[in-house]
Amino acid sequence: MRQAIKIGLIGGVVGILLSLIGMVEAFSQRDIIAHVISMGHTLLITVALFMGYLAAKRTPGKGSLRILSNSFLSGLLLAGMLALLVMAGSLINLRKVFINASPLLYSLLTFGLEKGIGALLLLVIGAMSGLLAGIFYLSPGILRRVLIISLGSIVSAGVLQDLLRPTFALWGPLAIINEWLFTANGLTVQGAIGLFILIAAFSLFWSRKGSAIQTGFRQLPPAPQRILKMAGIFILVFILLILPRVLGLFLSEVLTIVGLYVLLGLGLNIVVGYAGLLDLGYVAFFAIGSYTVAVLTSPELGFFSLSFWEALPFVIVMGVFSGVLLGTPVLKMRGDYLAIATLGFGEIIRILVLSDFLRPWLGGAQGIGKIPKVFIGGFEFAGPQQIYYLILAGCLLVIFISLRLRDSRLGRAWMAVREDEDVAQAMGINLVAAKLLAFATGAGFSALSGAIFATKLGSVYPHSFNVMISINIVCVIIVGGMGSIPGVIVGAAALVGLPELLREFAEYRLLVYGAVLVAMMLLRPEGLWPEALRRRELHGEKENEAESESSLKLKSG
Amino acid sequence: MALLFSKKVTKRFGGLVAVGDLDIEIREKSIHSIIGPNGAGKTTFFNCITGFYRPEEGEILFNDHSLVGLLPDRIVRLGISRTYQNIRLFPNLTAMENVLVGLHGHLNAGFFGIVLNTPATRKEEKEAAEEARRLLKFVNLAGKGDFLAKNLPYGDQRRLEIARALASRPNLLLLDEPTAGMNPKETQDMMDFIQRLRDELGITILLIEHQMRVVMGISEIVTVLDYGEKIAEGTPIEIQRNPKVIEAYLGRGSTGEESQAVS
Ligand SMILES: Nc1ncnc2c1ncn2[C@@H]1O[C@H](COP(=O)(O)OP(=O)(O)OP(=O)(O)O)[C@@H](O)[C@H]1O
Ligand SMILES: [Mg+2]
Repeated sequence: MRQAIKIGLIGGVVGILLSLIGMVEAFSQRDIIAHVISMGHTLLITVALFMGYLAAKRTPGKGSLRILSNSFLSGLLLAGMLALLVMAGSLINLRKVFINASPLLYSLLTFGLEKGIGALLLLVIGAMSGLLAGIFYLSPGILRRVLIISLGSIVSAGVLQDLLRPTFALWGPLAIINEWLFTANGLTVQGAIGLFILIAAFSLFWSRKGSAIQTGFRQLPPAPQRILKMAGIFILVFILLILPRVLGLFLSEVLTIVGLYVLLGLGLNIVVGYAGLLDLGYVAFFAIGSYTVAVLTSPELGFFSLSFWEALPFVIVMGVFSGVLLGTPVLKMRGDYLAIATLGFGEIIRILVLSDFLRPWLGGAQGIGKIPKVFIGGFEFAGPQQIYYLILAGCLLVIFISLRLRDSRLGRAWMAVREDEDVAQAMGINLVAAKLLAFATGAGFSALSGAIFATKLGSVYPHSFNVMISINIVCVIIVGGMGSIPGVIVGAAALVGLPELLREFAEYRLLVYGAVLVAMMLLRPEGLWPEALRRRELHGEKENEAESESSLKLKSG
Repeated sequence: MALLFSKKVTKRFGGLVAVGDLDIEIREKSIHSIIGPNGAGKTTFFNCITGFYRPEEGEILFNDHSLVGLLPDRIVRLGISRTYQNIRLFPNLTAMENVLVGLHGHLNAGFFGIVLNTPATRKEEKEAAEEARRLLKFVNLAGKGDFLAKNLPYGDQRRLEIARALASRPNLLLLDEPTAGMNPKETQDMMDFIQRLRDELGITILLIEHQMRVVMGISEIVTVLDYGEKIAEGTPIEIQRNPKVIEAYLGRGSTGEESQAVS
């Protein structure tokens, strides 16, 4: 009871906060289901559902009546606080302090109805949401999963409509889906219901039969298994190859940005994820890569006019070299101290580039322009749709190298250092060599990413390399899952890709970032796609191998 | 012949002398135990041998190499490996990977060899995996190679730690209270296992124990520390009769079990 009240009130505060910072209003521009529910309302209802669920979960004992009444209460309280906001707003002019406390907000909160009736409806909806969350909590696991997935996909389809609509439109036959699913703003009602049923049926089928299919796959003899796997990889590669054509110009641009972050993230993943060295100055190597390409290729400076490919080896060497150079002084530092010290590096590089002293070589604040595009034979990597392939190739190369390293003596040494530096050293790992190699490898990848970034923009400026980039990359890794390669991709798509797609978010980007990070730390500290997932999958396959070795005897040192 | 010598080793923490003027001689292929009450300086002495601490005074010689001032990774390559009083596995690595890390010093693959997956690298990895599996089997962990170390039960973790230490192919193995937290049956199994390490693999064992009774059965020589100083040394029988030892254990109001062991 007390818990439920507390949770309800917290939910109310969150709801009021979201309203007063203008998020609800901004999000209401977009409908999830046309004329039925807007993104702003979805946001508030999500909060109510979450709080209701929390209240149910925190209820001591097993009595379902108790649970339901608690979740009901928390939803009611949440809505009550929003209703109070509306009342307060109609009595005094909140706008003097909170610029977003507009009449539009109030009418949104009261569903455009007359204040009294609207507030009543608000209470009813809040309480119902809480109650539904309670019922959800009590329902069996399979139902919960199916519900989450199918409701989640409706919301995602609504949120990403601007991405999906033009994509379908490009493809003649698929255009019909557009007609059926989307209006100009939001999903159609029948589309939403259809989608719900489709996804629910599919996920129900998968949760029933999925494991059977998977074990069936494992029981296949190795040859067909390999063929199926190869086919899977083939399809994936094919999709990756045609992606920019499918997605069109704007989305390809988003894709290249995500790709650059994936590349950066994979590099930092070696330093932070594998070796556990929290490096907050990672942008320095990105900058060094960009500037190396700029200096070597731009005719504007006129020192050299190498082509991109001629410059590339120098870029990598510069990256690796600076990785070692910047790594050396911090070898002895651990944890927080390391983070602070490396944070300084990023800034030092940026300030060096800005300095008057280096201006004749690096262009100072004006940067360096006229960086030529990349060519292979006659093919020019001109726009995002072409540069995508360059980045894709870079990512694949780096993923390949990361995978090889991870399963090797060096990868294990890094992970041992991450887990327990002293013991790692006592197991024969040379800490200096292991750490410097991690810094150097990460820096090399980052420099490569910087080089592609420079040719993509055609010019480099010091202000492109501020500390926010380092922080973004660290967030990508944390949200994706430390040390996990798919995690980096998922993290970059979620933290870099989504904000590019959702114009509403632009203003609240940092806020959402913070909220996402806090939520991740609380709910899923291991990341969206944790490394441990791989290990769990591995487990079970290899178990028998060890036993078959039983005939071997231990050989002494 | 002595495998490891220490001469007048002293380690201080501020004013506290954790190990004082310690002379120890460990004979090859022996099981040598160090016992002593809490805080006697047993673990500190291990840390001096393995390079975690640098003693202020004294000399430690292993196969005529001086160990003082060497880094732990050099020392393990010379053939000294250890386990920890409070288990220190790599918790988020699998059991297999833990053992493979122990093999690190015996593998040679470099960055480019790994990225290009050269035949030499592949061969080395394959052999390493085989050796790791053999070691897991040796410590009775066959089939558990893919478990994360942190998910293993306590006894398994202890044995995994020994497997990891064995992976570095030591001549001298330092075991810091390997039976801590075990029941009498498990303790006995561990003692048998330690004896096997010496008999089958020919590894010299330096064993820290807290309970006297436990070591009496398997040790050839027992050294007793108290307040950092050696108060007695000899065969188990001699130690059990030594009045100084009885005094150190009884005079400290220690557990009934220990005083029983002495009497
Ligand atoms: N890093 C350190 N800093 C300060 N004092 C220390 C440190 N390590 C050990 N000591 C102190 O040195 C003394 C010896 O400790 P040590 O851990 O070697 O004892 P021990 O014989 O292993 O005892 P136990 O049976 O409890 O493991 C203790 O008084 C301890 O508090
Ligand atoms: Mg100790």
